[in-house]
Amino acid sequence: MYMESLISFIVTEYNYSAALILIMIGMYGMIAKNNLLKKVIGMSIFQSAIILFYISIGYKGGASIPIIKHGSGMADHAAIDPTLYVNPLPHVLMLTAIVVGVATLGVALAILQKIYRVHGTIEEDEILESLKE
Amino acid sequence: MMSAQAPILILLIPLLCGLAITLVAQKSKNLAFFLILIGMIGSFSAACSTLIQVLQGSAPIHYRLGGWPPPFGIELVIDHLNAMVLFIVSGSALLTAVYSRNTVIVEIPDRVHHYYTLYALLVSGLLGMVATGDAFNLYVLLEISALSSYALLARGRGLAYLSTFKYIIIGTIGASFYLLGVGYLYIKTGTLNMADLSQMLASPDMKESVSIKTGFVLIIIGVWVKMGFFPLHGWLPNCYSRASTTTSCLIAPLMTKVSIYVMIRLMFSVFSVDYVFNTLQFQQAVVWMACIAIVAGSISALAQQDLKRMLCYIVLAEVGYMVGGVWLMNSNGFAGAVYHIMSDVMMTLCLFMAVGAVIYKTGDSSLESMRGIFRKMPVTATAFLIGGFSIIGIPPTCGFFSKWYLITGAVETGQYHFMIALLFSSLVNAVLFFRIIEIGFFNRFDDSGHGIHQKFEFSEAPVMMLAPMLICAASLLVIGLYTSFILRNIVQWTIPAGL
Repeated sequence: MYMESLISFIVTEYNYSAALILIMIGMYGMIAKNNLLKKVIGMSIFQSAIILFYISIGYKGGASIPIIKHGSGMADHAAIDPTLYVNPLPHVLMLTAIVVGVATLGVALAILQKIYRVHGTIEEDEILESLKE
Repeated sequence: MMSAQAPILILLIPLLCGLAITLVAQKSKNLAFFLILIGMIGSFSAACSTLIQVLQGSAPIHYRLGGWPPPFGIELVIDHLNAMVLFIVSGSALLTAVYSRNTVIVEIPDRVHHYYTLYALLVSGLLGMVATGDAFNLYVLLEISALSSYALLARGRGLAYLSTFKYIIIGTIGASFYLLGVGYLYIKTGTLNMADLSQMLASPDMKESVSIKTGFVLIIIGVWVKMGFFPLHGWLPNCYSRASTTTSCLIAPLMTKVSIYVMIRLMFSVFSVDYVFNTLQFQQAVVWMACIAIVAGSISALAQQDLKRMLCYIVLAEVGYMVGGVWLMNSNGFAGAVYHIMSDVMMTLCLFMAVGAVIYKTGDSSLESMRGIFRKMPVTATAFLIGGFSIIGIPPTCGFFSKWYLITGAVETGQYHFMIALLFSSLVNAVLFFRIIEIGFFNRFDDSGHGIHQKFEFSEAPVMMLAPMLICAASLLVIGLYTSFILRNIVQWTIPAGL
């Protein structure tokens, strides 16, 4: 019974599972990896997973891109059927989130470069080792 | 005419000043300083104007960006709570800007204009987080302030790059959790406007929804990461203590307090008292966590040999005060927490400024650098003393009154462990500051017990550093003396219905 509902959840709403798996991969990379660059990659995967999650919630079966067919000048705006178009709002939000993600990545890489110049390595254990001496 | 636009001007003025500094102030350090000062003064006066408007009328101000009506457009909502926080954030940013005149040139001589640009961006991000009435907008502004704070914190001492890198990773996890939580709320309600969200969430079937619960937990954990609440605090002391003087004066008091404001706003304006305390069952657990935060923060502060690190652990303990006060489920505890946001910004700012002045003069931030401080730098020492008394909670200062209300709340709800944690923290803080006073006043002996006949020359920090420090110290007394006024006119209005 539970197994069936779990399987049907995985099959029908695979977008959530996919986002969850990507989030887990990203978290694993950030927490478990020793190489700081791999941590940054994990961070990027984590953010991308959330972006995909948002994008997928705007989707509707059988709907088209959100451009109104009988565009400007038509007076019948009230007659638009919302089921014909996917929800554009999450997509627009994610444009902002992508910009934020790129900026975070940029700052992280710049600081990583500085760490490499100061410590000569980007392996976390080697840096900690060199600090003890 | 201008006063109607004041809410948006609070964050637009520093933003545009930041832009102007990168464009025109590359050659001249004085011009950069002048522009940042203009920006902060503009922002502060807009915040004052907003505060006066809120105090005069009892209804919150709704400012619609671009004239779009609320559920579709972004709006700024200013009520008593965030008018107070805006006032205090922009005020302390202004004081820090004045203070930075001498320190920035010493610490970051080559990139003064970049430094001030990031400064302005950080302040406008923080003010935006406080003013906005839109959950997604809050995320964007949170990231604006976080990104500029990463860059500011990285220009520090010692291992600043490494600790900032860790902060980037953890801060991104926090912000992403928040974003994910907002996504859950959006799936269930289809809106991002806070007022609209709270209406939708009030319906009974939303209360039972697992998605909404998950969303709430994700959002709260995200905000806790940002404020450095107990189990999620690991990044904070390293990061803030290694930052340059001006950066830690700016970020350490403001970032944590703005996060606490965000937590209050989301708990009571998006969700409701009933939902947070009755539908969800972890109120007790959070108060216990706050107790651990207070005790652990205080003990760790006692173990530090570095003044700035010590202050960072005090900040962590203070975060525990406020989170605990909010989660006590009592109106006195809540009033204490809100009042403490205001007083804590001023007292940590005062202490960080005083320590910054000591570092500026002696180049050293260990406890030993306080030796002979009362002879060398009497004004700085006085400001440090008043800040310390306020942290301990000695009556005329504002620290006493916030602690009083928090303890009253704890007693009224029978959560004595929180009261014990608060009293314990006061005791530890007393030990902490009297130890420093002892070093500063009396200790003229070296380790072997021989008297040192060291003459302490009078060498006080520059006026540009002393003036904001003294204003901070005075404000601690003023806030303390006008406690009943502040409680009656501001804090009373912020207590959510049903608490």
